[in-house]
Amino acid sequence: MTAETVDHEVGKARTRKEDARLITGQTSWTDNMTLPGLAYVAFLRSPYSHARITSVDLSAARQAPGVMAVFSGADFAAEQGSLPCAWPVTEDIVIPEHPPMATGTVRYTGEIVAAVVARDRYAAADALDAIDVDYEPLEPVLDMEAALSEGSPKVHDAGNKSFTWTFANGDLEAAFRDAPVVIERTYRQQRLIPSAMEPRAVVCAPVGDEYTMWSATQIPHVLRVMLALVTGIPEHKLRVIAPDVGGGFGSKLQVTAEEVLALLIARRLGRPVKWSESRSEGNVATHHGRDQIQRIRVAATSDGRLRGLDVDLLADMGAYLMLVTPGVPLLGAFMFNAIYKMDAYKFNCTGVFTTKTPTDAYRGAGRPEATFAIEHVMDDLAAELGLDPLELRERNWISHEEFPYTTISGLTYDSGNYEAATALARDLFHYDELRKEQSERNAASSPVRLGIGVSTYTEMCGLAPSRVLGSLSYGAGGWEHASIRMLPTGKVEVVTGSSAHGQGHETAWSQIVADQLGVPFDDIRVLHGDTQVAPKGMDTYGSRSLVVGGTALVEACGKVRDKARIIAAGLLEASPDDLEWDAGRWSVRGDPDQGKTIAEIALATFAAHNLPDGVEPSLDSDATYDPDNFSFPHGTHLCAAEVDTETGAVTLRSYVAVDDVGHVVNPLIVEGQVHGGLAQGIAQALFEEAVYDSSGNLLTATMADYLLPSAADLPTFTTARTTTPSTGNPLGVKGVGEAGTIASTPAVVNAIVDALRPLGVADIEMPCTPERVWRAIQEARNGQ
Amino acid sequence: MKITMNIDGVRYDDDVEPRLLLVHYLREQAGRTGTPIGCDTTNCGACTVLMDGVSVKSCSVLAVQADGTEITTIQGLANGGLHPLQQAFHEEHALQCGYCTPGMIMAAADLLRENPQPTEQEVRDGLEGNLCRCTGYQNIVRAVMKAAQAQAAGTQAQTAEVAS
Repeated sequence: MTAETVDHEVGKARTRKEDARLITGQTSWTDNMTLPGLAYVAFLRSPYSHARITSVDLSAARQAPGVMAVFSGADFAAEQGSLPCAWPVTEDIVIPEHPPMATGTVRYTGEIVAAVVARDRYAAADALDAIDVDYEPLEPVLDMEAALSEGSPKVHDAGNKSFTWTFANGDLEAAFRDAPVVIERTYRQQRLIPSAMEPRAVVCAPVGDEYTMWSATQIPHVLRVMLALVTGIPEHKLRVIAPDVGGGFGSKLQVTAEEVLALLIARRLGRPVKWSESRSEGNVATHHGRDQIQRIRVAATSDGRLRGLDVDLLADMGAYLMLVTPGVPLLGAFMFNAIYKMDAYKFNCTGVFTTKTPTDAYRGAGRPEATFAIEHVMDDLAAELGLDPLELRERNWISHEEFPYTTISGLTYDSGNYEAATALARDLFHYDELRKEQSERNAASSPVRLGIGVSTYTEMCGLAPSRVLGSLSYGAGGWEHASIRMLPTGKVEVVTGSSAHGQGHETAWSQIVADQLGVPFDDIRVLHGDTQVAPKGMDTYGSRSLVVGGTALVEACGKVRDKARIIAAGLLEASPDDLEWDAGRWSVRGDPDQGKTIAEIALATFAAHNLPDGVEPSLDSDATYDPDNFSFPHGTHLCAAEVDTETGAVTLRSYVAVDDVGHVVNPLIVEGQVHGGLAQGIAQALFEEAVYDSSGNLLTATMADYLLPSAADLPTFTTARTTTPSTGNPLGVKGVGEAGTIASTPAVVNAIVDALRPLGVADIEMPCTPERVWRAIQEARNGQ
Repeated sequence: MKITMNIDGVRYDDDVEPRLLLVHYLREQAGRTGTPIGCDTTNCGACTVLMDGVSVKSCSVLAVQADGTEITTIQGLANGGLHPLQQAFHEEHALQCGYCTPGMIMAAADLLRENPQPTEQEVRDGLEGNLCRCTGYQNIVRAVMKAAQAQAAGTQAQTAEVAS
């Protein structure tokens, strides 16, 4: 017999397995969970940016209808520990104590001060009003530069500086000495609110001294370890489940106060508890992203060749260091030099405490900031030199013959073809025609100007080689795990340590395994997001799942094939060396009729009647893969923006994204990731900003105030790909989760500035709202 | 207060607090958890359902205001199988995490009821009250346009059947 031929699944635009439950409302969100005796938790949060708690009176709340318990920080002082920071980036870093529930001082609006546990969510919310807390207000600390000045009020006793981290390579002084052109700029990365559509939620159920937690998290595995370390509850008595999770974008890459407290409250009361976040609660309490002041200097020759790059950052940590807060700017440290060659580079970053919501990873995490700054300054340099911005880039980028290439920041880019991506983008964009139209409009002093923004980005994905993480003082490794379970009927269960929250792993992983084992796509089920089912994992963030988790999957499948070969040889009475593998079947070389499919081998292994001596009756396998290097997707994005100089309104006329993410497992999923990434990057350029008033209150605390773009605010994107496979992994993949967000912010801002440069506008701070654009035009006209 | 409503074809009689939001009633008393909650200011539209055939954000309706109405949620949109919008959202990859999807589909159903053949811009404007953080909306717009075509083809086929 011959095996059924299976087409290659990798590369197919498969519609997703996940959709069946998501489009019919059969989803398991954490907030859907209900259990017998479930009680609801609500948290009282600080209304002050900075204050000392002088007294907490819980007595009235305890008498409120339906209330089971009320707690303040003092009730958990002995057991709540300190929320973890896993990335102490320097030896002398200041990592302040961070009790999940405040005990003495509150340091941002939204910090938890007390908790009510009640029969239902309404009773819990009512009782919050009956808690009486007295505060002695302290001076808020809201501005990073002022925070570092002498005499500033202190966020923590140790001061307002957390760390300074420096990297340098090459002779920077020589690069700048007598440089024909030096450009110096200061850019501001505004504070952003990640805003996953599903707010956070936690359910925790105790059974005896064991605990199961359901959480809307990206990191069930990391969370389990951290909960054990923070609370002292033994790790093997904790099970963490991330059921269906409604987006993360970094905001659920966290170990939160609410998770720790849900566990402690469940233990204290001996009953299951649920907390689900309201959106306005989330805006103050879920970590924020970005918030950097970037001073960047470049030195170049008169023909535009880069000589040196000097970057000095202030990064707002907010009030405390969360899981990877201090590491976020470091992820950008290696990306400021981007795709360009240069002689010297220096990076310096100071992490600053303020009395604002803590910051942490938000889609791209460090890399969008770096890419924005370098791509913006490249456009500024092109303008200074009178060069086309694409021409300037070509003079500086690593040419495709030069890979692998070790950059000035020490990373080795394995592959890339910036020429090809740029050529394709140029064509699709009709670059020359648009440049012509732009000149015509400028010549006619048109009230609606046209600008063209360029972003030739790269990024580091596939976080991360464990040794590199170790050298950067990160507290964990960067490997990923996969298991294959061959069922007797030939069906396959794939267990992955990646923890999807919208990425479509169930579909993409099925495609990979279908090819690797030669089984039909529909015969594969992917299991994830439960530490009891998938006990090992490093979870999903940093565009790592396919690059690292996908490679673990390939390696685990290889082990299944190897075991199947030995068992097939026994069944066929042949030597394993004489067998060859094709499309899910081991057969005798030269005699293809003599063979066994993987399903037949699985059944024979299950029966175990006739296995070779010493062979265990199992085809199952595990693989844990630790990458040797990052992967480096790249691409060229071009944006055409029309700017109404009378109103300041910006309209995106066209947007072309050409991305090179290596081989593509599922083009439908990849295109979707690019679209969504573009929307978030464009939103940073045009719409979003977390704004605080002078007292430290978050003014954009609701979705009515924090402007997320709707369908009506965004254009239709043109997307295309070039394919330069990664040489670092067997699939040749690079990751795509963050590319769109990283590339698009500078493309849009560059387009706006390009439109207005003839009017004397040098820059516009993000988000480029109509008011800001209009003011910039007026200031330029008034010669300011 | 006593209320009666028909949810996805099933009659529910309940006693509720006057302040109970319809979405909390649906999720926590009627057990219809297919409709999620994404915000508390009626901006995101994740909780959109049809009330007597017209889309409402169920976070901004009290359960008592829905007394006597017929509520359709994502779980009752199709009579077995998939509604053309559900089918199109699947085929066009118009969802990633899927949290906005129930509301987006219900809002789109109402949009197509009012305007069976919308232009792309009309779809974008019509779904302005529903936020998605994953897709950048491009495939959502595509899916709604496709569902509109499928519905039009279905209507034509029905008309032809009746005529013959």
